Amino acid sequence: MILALVIVPMLAGIGAFFVRADGIRRGLLLLAALAHAGMTASAWVAKPAPALGGWLVLDPIGLLFLSITSALFLAAAGYALGYLQREKRAAKTDFEEGFLFSNAPEATFTGCLLLFLAAMTLVTISQHFGVLWVAVEATTLASAPLIYFHRHHRSLEATWKYLLICSVGIALALLGNFFLVVAVPNSDGHATPLVLGSLIQHAPQFHELWLKAAFLFLLVGYGTKMGLAPLHTWLPDAHSESPSVISALLSGALLNCAFVGILRAQQVCAAAGLAAFSQELLLGFGLISMTVAAVFIVGQTDYKRMLAYSSVEHMGILALGVGLGGAATFGAMLHAVNHSLTKAMLFLVAGNILAVYKTKSTTDVRGLLRILPASGALWLMGLFAITGSPPFGPFLSEFTILKAALEQGHGWVAATYLILLAVVFIGMATIMLRMAQGKPHGESATGARTETSMAIAPPALLGVLVLLLGVYVPPALSRLLHDAAQTLGGF
Amino acid sequence: MNADVLLILVVLTNLRLLGSSRLGACIRTTAAQGILLGLLPLWLHADNFTWHIGMMALGSVVLKGAVFPWLLFRAIREAEVQREVEPFVGYNLSLLVGVAAFGVSFWLSRRLPLPDAASSSLLVPSALFSIMAGLFLIVSRRKAVNQVLGFLVMENGIYTFGVGLVREGSLLVELGVLLDVFVAVFVMGIIIFHISREFDHVDTDRLSSLKD
Repeated sequence: MILALVIVPMLAGIGAFFVRADGIRRGLLLLAALAHAGMTASAWVAKPAPALGGWLVLDPIGLLFLSITSALFLAAAGYALGYLQREKRAAKTDFEEGFLFSNAPEATFTGCLLLFLAAMTLVTISQHFGVLWVAVEATTLASAPLIYFHRHHRSLEATWKYLLICSVGIALALLGNFFLVVAVPNSDGHATPLVLGSLIQHAPQFHELWLKAAFLFLLVGYGTKMGLAPLHTWLPDAHSESPSVISALLSGALLNCAFVGILRAQQVCAAAGLAAFSQELLLGFGLISMTVAAVFIVGQTDYKRMLAYSSVEHMGILALGVGLGGAATFGAMLHAVNHSLTKAMLFLVAGNILAVYKTKSTTDVRGLLRILPASGALWLMGLFAITGSPPFGPFLSEFTILKAALEQGHGWVAATYLILLAVVFIGMATIMLRMAQGKPHGESATGARTETSMAIAPPALLGVLVLLLGVYVPPALSRLLHDAAQTLGGF
Repeated sequence: MNADVLLILVVLTNLRLLGSSRLGACIRTTAAQGILLGLLPLWLHADNFTWHIGMMALGSVVLKGAVFPWLLFRAIREAEVQREVEPFVGYNLSLLVGVAAFGVSFWLSRRLPLPDAASSSLLVPSALFSIMAGLFLIVSRRKAVNQVLGFLVMENGIYTFGVGLVREGSLLVELGVLLDVFVAVFVMGIIIFHISREFDHVDTDRLSSLKD
């Protein structure tokens, strides 16, 4: 059962490379997404049995991030059907520089998309640090061709940076894994395998210096992939140049998967009694990420880059939440859910805007509410949700983290956090409100366009979920979040 | 011949990479380094040889010694790349940086003693030196092919560290790591081909249209 979660999308992905007919291939994509979502949902009811001798286990953290990934992928697959239909023309004109370019073959796109899902699933279910590493690197390799879907020089540049920076970063995480092997004592001749359960069990006897070094390298390695500043340099390029549906998955699902790697390392550190050391590092990275993101969001001229920097900010909030510990850990887990749903929705809406306005410039998009009423409304809703305004989900989780920071006596952290959130709010509101309001100009000013349900339904559904989570957190989800927080030493 | 000789040869290949001006020579040197490291476990674990160690050695030698150079030579041939390395940092200065990094690696390995005595006292310094040399090659060379080589050298360094410590012996994970590196080089090779077709060169410093 747990193996099927990986094998089904993998086989579907390999199959998609060889299917000639577009209709069948798109059907396969949707079918695989539905099957994956169905299996994930059934894992909520009955916990699947461990596989591969305890290397693949679905624990609370795994189930949480698997569910996020699965839900987002289903929404993205639905959106991709309409998107691929729209992109079918042979040669296209670039919006920004006016040259002609073509897309990668659709079979490659669909195949890599499904392999990407298989790799992300493997990240969430693996308990062995080696398997986890292999899976995280596999997500990079499967997603690189997706970023290079539009074949032109800017996406090529983004893909090269993504591939090289993330591969080097993740190589450092491999070194972290080896340091972890060194940290494990080998006195009785029996080596402790790098499986999370036995590591946590033996953690108090670990060699402290090497464990610290291991955590540092794992944090830097997976942090590069997660987009923690100052290791985030690939992120805005990759998010702005890839198709919007891929940006949604990169931001909402992939960054979380890298976060899982850091959480696993944090679990071992907490069990070894080094929580203070690791949390201080996470806290620092969190605040730096929020600061860098705030600086680049204010006055940003490209709305997809703005959303990308907002992802850096929210990854910072996640790191900050786990870094604070206690009740903030619960807040961080809840925030991971909220951020993923909201950001995926915003990127999908950004795709709708881009398709009509044919520009990514924030100053050239005006009158969104008149030209695209549904997308415009979702865009505004997304603005208030992502900046943490009530009654949306992110408000609840950001507030939980703030409350925990104050209760723990981290006054200056709370103050910095609030100031940065305010700066981001002002920066994003200025840009996004201007885009929604005003009089449309240029060739886009031809009155309201019809919006297909394929382009509206997926982001609208995600938006409804964000709103619901702000009002009511279902008990099953709340229990899962508490369980996940508890394994990290919080509550 | 013992493991120390192999490790010294690895250090020398790194220095040659830092000082070499020909792209082809760099690819061959990296391949030689891959073969040396592939053979390393055979010496380190000579007294407790298992089929698992043999398989890993065979896999790395074939992949790093034959498949990668073939892929990269194909990439530069199809891309019609000029055979000059064109570094940002000159060869002499690169060598000096290399020597300094070698010193730092020794100093670091004294600061971080392994809990269990390693099979060779050169193991940790040469691993750290390869990692640093690889990182330096990535940032100081202009050609995309050189950056892939830098990535491989860095990966070799991490692998050196790993083979010195194989205690767990999970074949599946090691094969997974090898497969990942293989696919990474494969995908990078394809991207290099596209860069050359798009820009008529593979100089990464001209990939600079995306910024804030």
